[in-house]
Amino acid sequence: MTAVILNGEARQLPAEATLELAVRAAGAPEDGRGVAVALDGEVVPRAAWSTTRLGDGQQVEVLQAVQGGR
Amino acid sequence: MFEMAGRAFESRLILGTGGFRSLDVMAAAARESGAELATVAMRRVDPSARGSILDVLEQAGLEVLPNTAGCFTAREAVTTARLAREALATDWVKLEVIGDDRTLLPDPAELLAAAEELVADGFTVLPYTNDDPILARRLEDAGCAAVMPLGSPIGSGMGINNPYNLRLIVEAARVPVILDAGIGTASDAALAMEAGCDAVLLASAISRAADPVAMARAMRKAVEAGYEAQAAGRIPRRLHARASSPEEGVAALAETSPGT
Repeated sequence: MTAVILNGEARQLPAEATLELAVRAAGAPEDGRGVAVALDGEVVPRAAWSTTRLGDGQQVEVLQAVQGGR
Repeated sequence: MFEMAGRAFESRLILGTGGFRSLDVMAAAARESGAELATVAMRRVDPSARGSILDVLEQAGLEVLPNTAGCFTAREAVTTARLAREALATDWVKLEVIGDDRTLLPDPAELLAAAEELVADGFTVLPYTNDDPILARRLEDAGCAAVMPLGSPIGSGMGINNPYNLRLIVEAARVPVILDAGIGTASDAALAMEAGCDAVLLASAISRAADPVAMARAMRKAVEAGYEAQAAGRIPRRLHARASSPEEGVAALAETSPGT
């Protein structure tokens, strides 16, 4: 298992879990439309989600556009 | 029509999407407002959320302008802008770096640092700024595509607290000036345009109005009226009255003048 902080919550993901799996585990839309990901505070481009492996203790933020502004 | 970063916009009203009670009301108000750009915020994915704001805005014919709301440091704002670029495939960003929760006023030092970094990274930066002419100039010099001074604090509905500073900003700016924050009702929006702003950004005044769709229509008219009045050239203010009917040819009808 890989223990990560996913959108602020401690989560157990399978060993060798990728960022792509974490995005799905966060409940993001299947197609990933309008979604962006930061790993330990750095933006990871969508093209790299499936090849980025997660390690214990890493922080994953999965964001999307919501109503906001003024 | 006004131009910003090489793009032409018909509408001088930019809609913030915060505070609407539903996406349906937001879409109806967006249509009625005539706005072409709508701000969105970047937040953690909510698996229970229903409906996508992106779909709704697209159907209403509005383009998305991501903001960096909720950021208190240049570093957070820059990362949020990069996340928005990744998520929404736009390099336009409404830059906000807030100084504290109570006033929601911009932090000038962090704002300028973030603007410089984002411009260098190829972003089209639209910064929410204090109504400070010197900071506005610094942001413009940093390569921002517009400056967006506040009228009064976000969501306060107090209108334009410092019309004098706003005039100084408008007078000096070579990029569009967009009044951002503080609009409470239609006359505030009209005043901003009469002061020479190129556009107005607002949300709460519409989204939290008793009838958001009707207020959206009022705001569209107010922005148009204010802009046209400014372009038409208002009469100067005078201390005393100035008769509008001819003074010659007045009939002698009174035998004696009262009071003499």
